[in-house]
Amino acid sequence: MSKITQPGGDEAEFAKPLYTPIKRRSFFMYAGATAGATALLLSGCDDDDETTNDMPGMVNVGSSSLGVLNYAYALEQLEAGFYTALRDGSYYKGLGATSAEKQILDDLYYHEVIHREFFKAALGTNAIKALEPDFSKIDFSSRTSVLGTAKAFEDLGVAAYNGAGRYIATDNAGLNYLVIAGKIVSVEARHAALIRDLVSEGSFVDSDVVTIATNGLEISKSPSEVVTVANTFLKDGSKLNVSGLV
Amino acid sequence: MNFFHILSEIEKTDPEVFERFDSRREVFKHLTGFGKKLTAATLPMAMGAIFNKAYGQTSSAPSVFDVLNFALKLEYLEATFYNLGLAGDGTVGTGAASTTVSASQTVLRNQFSETNRNALLKIRTDENNHVNFLRAAITQAGGTPIAAPAVSQFDFTGGKGNNAGPFAGVFSSAAVFLAVAQSLEDTGVRAYKGGAPYLASNKDVLTAALNIHSVEARHASRLRTMRRGGPLNNEASKTAAGSNPSTSPKSWISGQDGGGAAPTYTAPIYGAGQAPSYTPAGITFPAEDNVTQGGVNLQTTLASLNFPAAAFSEAFDEPLPVPTVITIAQTFTITGSTFF
Repeated sequence: MSKITQPGGDEAEFAKPLYTPIKRRSFFMYAGATAGATALLLSGCDDDDETTNDMPGMVNVGSSSLGVLNYAYALEQLEAGFYTALRDGSYYKGLGATSAEKQILDDLYYHEVIHREFFKAALGTNAIKALEPDFSKIDFSSRTSVLGTAKAFEDLGVAAYNGAGRYIATDNAGLNYLVIAGKIVSVEARHAALIRDLVSEGSFVDSDVVTIATNGLEISKSPSEVVTVANTFLKDGSKLNVSGLV
Repeated sequence: MNFFHILSEIEKTDPEVFERFDSRREVFKHLTGFGKKLTAATLPMAMGAIFNKAYGQTSSAPSVFDVLNFALKLEYLEATFYNLGLAGDGTVGTGAASTTVSASQTVLRNQFSETNRNALLKIRTDENNHVNFLRAAITQAGGTPIAAPAVSQFDFTGGKGNNAGPFAGVFSSAAVFLAVAQSLEDTGVRAYKGGAPYLASNKDVLTAALNIHSVEARHASRLRTMRRGGPLNNEASKTAAGSNPSTSPKSWISGQDGGGAAPTYTAPIYGAGQAPSYTPAGITFPAEDNVTQGGVNLQTTLASLNFPAAAFSEAFDEPLPVPTVITIAQTFTITGSTFF
């Protein structure tokens, strides 16, 4: 009956879901209006012209606040999956124990897994399934490939969060989600800047991600632009459909 | 679907919900006011508007223009800082920033490697562009942008006008310059995050603000990288963070970063903010070492991951409310300045 948290020490404890419904409930304490409103929207929209968004074999993230949360969850799954996979690759394994790159890739792995698990908990039964990534195009023995992919994912994440903020509802729950998304996106931007600097020192705000020549704004991307890229890293049956985020 | 049921559900979690509305009767009057357009499909939006009114926007909550003008003030602060340090006489807001480099600016610039100097110039460009962008955006939306303050309103040594404050040497020492720069950018990131809820009603403005927010975070990251690697290091990103986050920080905020670059003065940048009364329910302003998100303590809930404790705070940045940001920003204005 030891209460000392000893990860992995007790198999039953280890196998338990990370979250309990009670903990989830606290997240949705302020979300009552949204949950109800979504239910209304679904039951109220029986028009014939409503598109059936579930294209065969695709994962539909949904619409409005829950759609954005699931969209974010999908991207965090991709990022977390990538940083998990690279730990088995020879590039990562060859890094010195005290090297900056190892420290950085470790931190990014921690952060992205935490993001993924946070969304999984927050969404509870509303969450999309666990996605199956396809990292076959990544050479995990190559620094260029590993860091180049990290850069692509981090930049994509920032552009995606920035582009999706507008689809979050403006009810109280939505405002809370907006702040949560803001808490995550700035960490993604910090990641992106550092990874870009590792690839090419001083490239943290270059013109492919920031319109530095005119207004200094991040180049955000719409959900459909983002999934065009994201889906190339997802297996059939896990590719994303974001048609509800409009 | 039962609207009354939703209200009563909210009432269970927030017993004061009806007091937040003008009165229960008023709510339904508003609802009726939407008239025949109120179909099942639009009801959620109508409800959103009502709840916004109840929770989000009391009379003292900032308007979209208030938030944009406050953001503009912060951009004036940042742009003036980089202009004074790197080129020009500090003046901001008149189109392209001056490229004239003084002798003292040359002394500061020469303390950085070319890569790092160029990085700083990119940040300077961005901040001046942010000023121009916000001024144009406010004007375009029918508002009046706050005028650029006189450069003499600022004292970046933190001396309140005597130019001999705790950051004396800010424009002659690379280390002090980077310390102040990191402090300003980390503050900006937290400030934009805190302002976002008040921009949610205007999608284009919200997106633009988010697109500035992430750029400020990129700046903060690069400045932290440079502080870690040192101003003359052309490969600063290859330097591992040290044990003291004040002098050798990670590129993201870890815990409260030991109070930041100069803990005696910069600790509030990483501390908690006091939520103004108009803050939408559920939004809080914890210190940067917060590990509870959406009501879930991630460190304990995810203990089985066996991750370092710091990772749970690093994975999330935190917002700051306007009053706290004002207090921090006033570190760099002179006594008697009413700019912030």
